[in-house]
Amino acid sequence: MDAEVTDQTFDIEMGLLVDAIYLKYHFDFRGYAGASMRRRLKAAMARFSCATLSQLQDKVLHEPAFFPQMLDYMTVQVSEMFRDPSYFLALRREVVPLLRTYPSLKIWVAGCSTGEEVYSLAILLREEGLLERTLIYATDINPQALERAEAGVYDLDRIAAFTLNHQRAGGHSSLSDYYTAAYGRAVFDKSLRQQVVFSDHSLATDSVFAEVQLVSCRNVLIYFDRALQNRAVGLFRDALCRKGFLGLGSKESLRFSSSADAFDDFVRDERIFQKQGA
Amino acid sequence: MTAQALQPPTLAHRVDAVVIGTSAGGVEALSALLPALPAGMRAPVFVVLHLPRERRSLLVEIFAPKCAVPVREAQDKEPIVAGTVYFAPPDYHLLVDAGPQLALSVDDPVHYSRPAIDVLFQSAADLYGPRLLGLVLTGGNQDGAAGLAAIRRAGGLSGVQDPTDALMPLMPECALAEGPADFVLPLAQLAALLATLDVETVA
Repeated sequence: MDAEVTDQTFDIEMGLLVDAIYLKYHFDFRGYAGASMRRRLKAAMARFSCATLSQLQDKVLHEPAFFPQMLDYMTVQVSEMFRDPSYFLALRREVVPLLRTYPSLKIWVAGCSTGEEVYSLAILLREEGLLERTLIYATDINPQALERAEAGVYDLDRIAAFTLNHQRAGGHSSLSDYYTAAYGRAVFDKSLRQQVVFSDHSLATDSVFAEVQLVSCRNVLIYFDRALQNRAVGLFRDALCRKGFLGLGSKESLRFSSSADAFDDFVRDERIFQKQGA
Repeated sequence: MTAQALQPPTLAHRVDAVVIGTSAGGVEALSALLPALPAGMRAPVFVVLHLPRERRSLLVEIFAPKCAVPVREAQDKEPIVAGTVYFAPPDYHLLVDAGPQLALSVDDPVHYSRPAIDVLFQSAADLYGPRLLGLVLTGGNQDGAAGLAAIRRAGGLSGVQDPTDALMPLMPECALAEGPADFVLPLAQLAALLATLDVETVA
């Protein structure tokens, strides 16, 4: 069969599936970037033994109990605690001194997935003596990911890497102070999430819900097309107070964003931006 | 084969894009290949080299001075420019997408690797189909084998460094175990092959 024809059929089916999911479950993947979505859907086809995407769509539409598994395939990124330690080091050294000047703080972790970054920030803020006056909004579109984030339980075999990252991020406590090991798992201290609100929020369809001093949204925008990136960055711009901070992933930029003019580089190498004051 | 010896293989009029994957021994192998890319070539070239996860990669600094074509680290959503060599950044998968533009992802590592050769090759097979050339060079694991098979299925051209010529033969051997390649050549001849890529002709 002609290769290009096969691929064209796949792309037709992909558009139909995304529309079907939107119509039936109100999850909007229409602005997701094609290449990664294609790859994830192919993985889902293999996992669920579907020869075509249309077969997968049939399951999605007719087996509502199946959809949550599908949502995991389409959304979940497994991150790690203090991923890119130099980002957290820059937050600690450059951003925290300014956050300290606010009597109370609100921070938005947009697209928090299974919560690794939320706990990283909470630990950093605890170390800096700021956690008690901070409210962290941790949002994601996937309710199961949010449940896992809220549980704060990670496989113990990931902890060595987390610990090394934490040290490289300038941690001045021991990561082991914040979890209890049991049955091959590390259960993070619930006092860390006393100041965290886990909530369902879509960067594609929902709006701003609070004024915040820092938005951390790392390696989420790379999964969006330009238009959806613009929407998301527009939400961050509107949510941030004057002189508020936006942290992106190490390979993300505002270069192509329609809101780029609203931000200045703050720590350029770490992709930390500051909303302009005017 | 005599015929091949008399008439060296050529890529003229056959290739719109090239993908290259390598790991252990890859810097040396690429040092033999990339300088052979002809100035003014039309095809973009995408390279995955397995690297430690550190944030910064020095590949652009290493290769830009040696090459007759522009060499860049891939940025997310960057429009693909003809005749440019793009390296995958450390700890991100590199994909190509409609536009055509580059795309990055932090999806799970494949064969313990991010960037993974398979991820790049499979996305490029989707985008370029029969107009793609994929090359698997020296390396110490099986990444790239499934990707090269995807390129072959899409009707593209496949090339593998002759395992006897490779510092680490495992990666070329795994690629060949998945099926035959159009070109199985030592680096020097792969370099000569790349030199036959189309160049922009000034009208």
